[in-house]
Amino acid sequence: MELDNIEKLLEKYFEASTTVAEEKELKAYFSQEGVAAHLEQYRPMFNYFSSAREERYTKQVPLKPRRNYYKWISVAAVAVLTFGIYFGNEYQERKKAEYAYQETKKAFELLAENFGRGTEKVAYLQEFEVAKKKIYNNN
Amino acid sequence: MKQAEFLNVVMPFKDKLYRLAKRLLVSKEEAEDATQEILLKLWSKNESMGEYKNVEAFAMTMTKNFCLDRLKSKQAGNLKLVHSNYTDESVSLQRQLEAEDSLSWMERIMEDLPEQQKMVLQLRDVEQYEFEEICELLDMKATAVRVTLSRARKAVREELIKKHSYGIG
Repeated sequence: MELDNIEKLLEKYFEASTTVAEEKELKAYFSQEGVAAHLEQYRPMFNYFSSAREERYTKQVPLKPRRNYYKWISVAAVAVLTFGIYFGNEYQERKKAEYAYQETKKAFELLAENFGRGTEKVAYLQEFEVAKKKIYNNN
Repeated sequence: MKQAEFLNVVMPFKDKLYRLAKRLLVSKEEAEDATQEILLKLWSKNESMGEYKNVEAFAMTMTKNFCLDRLKSKQAGNLKLVHSNYTDESVSLQRQLEAEDSLSWMERIMEDLPEQQKMVLQLRDVEQYEFEEICELLDMKATAVRVTLSRARKAVREELIKKHSYGIG
C-alpha cells in the first residue's frame, strides 16, 4: 500500500472523516510488518483496537427460567390455599357437629341423672311393700 | 420466544456488550456482572423483544446506561473501582517496546479518557459501527459524534507520542 495514501488516510482518521472501510485499511496496514518509521508511533493504537475486538464474554448465561419457577410456586400456593379452605370448612363443620352432639349428650345425661334420682325414691316404696308383706304374713 | 431462539438472537452481540461494559467499568468482574445483568434483563423482556427493530442497538444502549449508572453510584458512594489490569511500568523498562506492553499502554490511555470519548472510540474503532448506529446508541447528533471521536483519537495520539518519545529518548 502506498505510504502517501496511508498518510492521507491517517489525517482524515484524526478528523473523524474516514469510513469504516478506510479504517479497516489503516488497521490492515499497521498490523503488518514494516510500518514506516515515522508512523511507528501509531501502531499500538490500531493494533490495540484489533486486539480489543478479540475479547470474549466467556461466562455462562444463567437463563434458567426464573419466571417459570415463580409461576409454579404460585400454582402450588393456590392449590394449597383452596385445599386449605375446603378442608378447613369441613373441619369446622365437623367441630360444630361434635359440639352439638356433646351438648345433646350432656342434656341426656342430665335427664338420665334425674330419672335415676326418681328411681332411687321409688326404691323406698319397695321398703314399704316389704314391711306390708311382713305385716300381712304375720297375721 | 424460546430460550434457544433468544440465545440465537443474543449470541452474536453478547461480546460487544461485554467489551463496552469493560471499557466503561474497567474491571473484568464488574463487566461480567454487568453483562449478565443486561442479558437477564433482556431475557425477562423476551416477549416484547419482537417489537424492537434492532435488539442489538437496544441492548447496547441498555449496557451503556447501566454502566454509567453504576459508575455514578460508585462515585456517590465514594468507592473506587478496584481492578488489577494495570501492569507496573517501572518493572520492565526494556520490555516497553514489546507488543504486549504497548497494548497495555493503550489500555491505560483509554482508561483516562472521558466516558463519552471512551464509548465513541469503543463503538467506532473497536466494534466498527457506522456513524448512524453510534448516534442511535448514544443518543447523540452526528456532528457531536464526529467531534467527540476526533477529540478522542487526537487525545490518544498525543499520549502515544509522549510515550513514544520517552521510549526513544
